[in-house]
Amino acid sequence: MNNKQDIDVINQYTGEKWYYSDIVKDHFFHPRNLLWERPKDESEYDAHGMVGSPACGDMMEMWMKIDPATARVKDLKWKTFGCASAIAATSMFSVMVTENGGLSVEEALKVRPQDVMLRLGGLPNRKIHCSVLADKAFQKIANDYFRKTGRFDKIVVEGARVIDPRLNITDKDIEEAVLEGAQNLEDVQKKLKVGVGASEEVKTEVEQLVRFYKDKYYG
Amino acid sequence: MKRIYLDYAATTPTDQRVKDAMGRFWTEEFGNAGGLYEEGRRAKENLRASREQIARAIGARPDEIIFTSGGTESDNLAIFGVSGAAKHGHIITTEFEHHAVLEPCQRLKKEGFDVTFLDVGEDGIVKPENVKRSLRPETILVSIMYANNEIGTIQPIAEIGKIIKEFKGGGAGYPYFHTDACQAAGYLDLNVNKLGVDLMTVNGSKIYGPKGIGFLYKRAGVKIKPQIIGGGQEMRMRSGTEPVALIVGLAKALEIAQAERVAESARLAPLRDYFVSEIQRRVPKVILNGHPAKRLPNNINISILDIEGEALVLYLDAKRISFSTGSACTSESLEPSHVILALGKPYEFAHASMRFTMGRSTTKEDLDYVLNELPNAVLWLRKVSPLNLEAGAKSMSHPEAFAGENLKVKAKSKSYK
Repeated sequence: MNNKQDIDVINQYTGEKWYYSDIVKDHFFHPRNLLWERPKDESEYDAHGMVGSPACGDMMEMWMKIDPATARVKDLKWKTFGCASAIAATSMFSVMVTENGGLSVEEALKVRPQDVMLRLGGLPNRKIHCSVLADKAFQKIANDYFRKTGRFDKIVVEGARVIDPRLNITDKDIEEAVLEGAQNLEDVQKKLKVGVGASEEVKTEVEQLVRFYKDKYYG
Repeated sequence: MKRIYLDYAATTPTDQRVKDAMGRFWTEEFGNAGGLYEEGRRAKENLRASREQIARAIGARPDEIIFTSGGTESDNLAIFGVSGAAKHGHIITTEFEHHAVLEPCQRLKKEGFDVTFLDVGEDGIVKPENVKRSLRPETILVSIMYANNEIGTIQPIAEIGKIIKEFKGGGAGYPYFHTDACQAAGYLDLNVNKLGVDLMTVNGSKIYGPKGIGFLYKRAGVKIKPQIIGGGQEMRMRSGTEPVALIVGLAKALEIAQAERVAESARLAPLRDYFVSEIQRRVPKVILNGHPAKRLPNNINISILDIEGEALVLYLDAKRISFSTGSACTSESLEPSHVILALGKPYEFAHASMRFTMGRSTTKEDLDYVLNELPNAVLWLRKVSPLNLEAGAKSMSHPEAFAGENLKVKAKSKSYK
């Protein structure tokens, strides 16, 4: 991902270089499956949803059509209020679930952000959270689809669970910290600006979650 | 191919005259000003001359100039210096200061100081009566920037200086008045007596001087606790071997900037107004951030609704145009511009804020080129975006999209984190 043709963006505050691969550039300048015009009738699509990124405030809207004959994803359209990496990652995600006849919704739910990143030729570390947005948007429309088709057992709602009751820190907070680059307990404490994990018990649980989310998003 | 650089508020190129003035201080005049021998004496003499040159430019005494590594250090020295010497008390500042003032104030608040963060209103200008109302017997410091770094709005520093002087009843002592004049130095009068300030921050990198150098003006008698200690340089206020080359460059840059500021302002202000009116004519839903007239002549800050800043920066970068954005996506903390939020705008306006800052090389042709490229890029990115905001929006457009999330940005404007 560090070859010479890459766009080289320098953070105005840190001087940190951001490298975007040629594939990211291509999907940013020529996004695939973008929804050009809003459907006149929302029922044209089998599912619809909108999610926001808690990390940076980006927003994404998605629409899906399922092929009734094969039960596979026929169309996955989207719009994004977000940066280059969010646009590119969503574009690539939409390609991955619709190419070669499309994936079933269950299969598409298994596409991980790191799979998208791999196809994109990587993203700068602090831009990884952008690739997670497409994943979340798809979970949301999958739930919408399952709800509309009466398969309630398939619906997955990511709930928050309190990990440190003293500070009311939830698993979502830790997930967010990891998405922002935290590698260990100390980093999480820094990101959350509190001394999470006062007892050994809580500390162990936080460390386990950090490992879990690191594996989920970076593994 | 020529690039159109419109980020002069971020940094300026070094002026050739400044570079020439610095020329002999790298290999020939390299002495340590602390040395008693010839090389040292010459360094000391050059240091003295530069200090006088700067003092003249701002109407101060030479021993009131403390050289530092730049704006951030000067701001830190002012805030931590005053609070460190006073040990406790009340501080007044604004919501939209540069982080080099804001972060020290936030830290002091955690450490037990009482800090008032003044509202800056929709126009981005502090009301002097709000300062007056906030002053208390225990107030030790008022720190208000001269011109804002993102939206360029000019603060009524002289008026506030007068209020503080009246509050003190003609006596010396607390509260001290500090202003960060980094952005103002190229365009506004820096006379410390006219402004009525006790402390003032200026740096080289915004006025066509070298980077890595700045100074803190500290009125005689103002008590601060030094933050960098060691060899006792700079009247014991800031230790470290004086970088004579950089100091000579800074003095030259400030002299030029102050000599040319009136003519340069007169040249740039009409270009600024032209750009703003043209962009609003050519592109719908473009909001000018900050007061339209009471702002630096080189500053254009607009929110182009429904699109995100980083994406536009990259689009126009490919068209050889450089500018910056207040979008969260480009900030280290992933937080949107605190300045735009301080104006009472929802976070999407900050995410969509674009700052174009002009400088000595900027021509009308440059702006016309940008005005030609910008509408197409905006049209395209609006196709990509799912948003359709109203120009006067006060709260977030789609809070439901964040349901169950621990969002940093809150649905209502003006609160985040």
